Amino acid sequence: MSVVFEKPKSLTDAVLHYCPGCTHGIIHRLVAEVIDELGIEGETIGVAPVGCAVMAYNYFTCDFVQAAHGRAPAVATGVKRSDPSKIVFTYQGDGDLAAIGTAETVHSAARRENITVIFVNNAIYGMTGGQMAPTTLPGQVTQTSPYGRDVETVGYPVKVCELLSNVDGAAYVERVAVNNVKNIKNAKKAIKKAFQNQIEGKGFSLVEVVSTCPTNWGMTPEKALEWVDEKMLPYYPLGVYKDIYAEEEAK
Amino acid sequence: MSEKVLMKGNEAIAEAAIQAGCHHYFGYPITPQTEVAAYMAKRMPKIGGTFLQAESEVSAINMVIGVASTGKRVMTSSSSPGVSLKAEGISYLAGCDLPAVVVNVQRGGPGLGGIQPSQSDYFQSTKGGGHGDYRNIVLAPASVQEMASLTVKAFDLADKYSMVSMILADGTMGQMMEPVSLDVGEVKTYEKPWALTGTKCEREHNIVNSLYLKPEELEVKNFERYEKYKSIEENEVMYEEYLMDDAEVCVVAFGITSRVAKNAINEARANGVKVGMIRPITLWPFPKKVLADAADKCKAFICVEMNMGQMIEDVELAIRCKKPVYLCNRVGGMIPSPEEVLAKINEVNENGGAF
Repeated sequence: MSVVFEKPKSLTDAVLHYCPGCTHGIIHRLVAEVIDELGIEGETIGVAPVGCAVMAYNYFTCDFVQAAHGRAPAVATGVKRSDPSKIVFTYQGDGDLAAIGTAETVHSAARRENITVIFVNNAIYGMTGGQMAPTTLPGQVTQTSPYGRDVETVGYPVKVCELLSNVDGAAYVERVAVNNVKNIKNAKKAIKKAFQNQIEGKGFSLVEVVSTCPTNWGMTPEKALEWVDEKMLPYYPLGVYKDIYAEEEAK
Repeated sequence: MSEKVLMKGNEAIAEAAIQAGCHHYFGYPITPQTEVAAYMAKRMPKIGGTFLQAESEVSAINMVIGVASTGKRVMTSSSSPGVSLKAEGISYLAGCDLPAVVVNVQRGGPGLGGIQPSQSDYFQSTKGGGHGDYRNIVLAPASVQEMASLTVKAFDLADKYSMVSMILADGTMGQMMEPVSLDVGEVKTYEKPWALTGTKCEREHNIVNSLYLKPEELEVKNFERYEKYKSIEENEVMYEEYLMDDAEVCVVAFGITSRVAKNAINEARANGVKVGMIRPITLWPFPKKVLADAADKCKAFICVEMNMGQMIEDVELAIRCKKPVYLCNRVGGMIPSPEEVLAKINEVNENGGAF
């Protein structure tokens, strides 16, 4: 019998703690598949965030450091500057990366720090039980926006890819989703490119993965996947927002 | 390099760090410590090291965490308001048991305070500063030479115990120039099997982490850490005694104020007053025993500090309040004059000793 499907080598046997229907599992798998395919497991160092993915260090087989809330790109900067031969990636949620860690995100991009950032955007603080995030949609109900996000009083969501597309130092910025097979395939391509860029010394690469939170959105997993298409993607359109090497090639 | 060179205290710290094997430095400009960053900016590129001016103190200390987690020597420096910002990272360094050196060239506070020298971060550095149960080793240099030698010592202690060593200097120490020898001697290196170096697919992954969701585990971790702290208190205390053999009045001062106090003590001795000084070099671990012993011989203590009375609490604890402890202080960036200290010595010598 030939093996047609198996667990990526770069994932441990630990059982994921994520809620049923959460797409973190898919994204973990994509990252692990990419690490396997690039053969970099033994040279990779991950940086875990604060939030739902805080225990990512238990799930990947590579070395890992757990960073304070929002500080993963700064910690990754230290790791990478210490040993540029290592492949360093952060795995962060929207509260972590786009609220408390905005400065670290923007400035690591501005420095064209040669790291890979996996940014999981599900428009809510999951770990703490569903509060308004920097990426919560206008009108979206959360525990701390119980009447729906009112942009008049709390302002607008932060569009990270659009923001970073204006940062000269950012090398590659793409937004993908994992709510259907086609999108998952594209997401993997983008994640692979973001790691490949680092191997080639091309500098700061960020992939925003539009994700779901069925538990805190108050939906079935299936409905949550639909909600991505209906609500999230119109506000957060998929696509490549910056690719300086593609731009150079085009010239 | 046993010959002496004339250097600013801040520069001496920077060069000593490099000599001690620190090739990664992350900083942010703030008076009166900016010369550390400026020196590193000049030197690091020439030795293939890293100088990086971070976007914030918060970011700088987290870059320190990154390098520390890979097992290499790393330093950041700042002054009081900037060290407050680093408190988060210092707590994480403690929680992850990572070695690093943090320099605080103190200025007056609270808030933005001023830019003149102060010792008002004594509590912050010796009692915590960040959240959680933890300690930093805190070294208090009193000369440019000690700015260099204690920096080397700080790296050694940080690695030996896998924790933060802090240099607690002040604006005077940072800015003044004195001859200094940068002969650091042999630099000892320590095994760091926990470091993130890539598994090479040959070992289990290393995880640097401060999260323990099970309270039983977190409790054990805290107990273990305090066992380590206990052995530091037993083995690493450093202090200087000055004219203490027959002293009846004991001055306690660290850093720049100890030098002011020395002048006053010499003057008082010339007038026949039996006064001496104990100068803590390690503020944590605090030299409790030598102070307790002194309490059996002396009639009173005087703490000379550039704060509203912070170290005085540790002195009172160390001597179990057996003898009166008086405060001689200036704050806000003011430095006590030898005359002020002398006046206090004379006053305490004449009237002190009775509660």
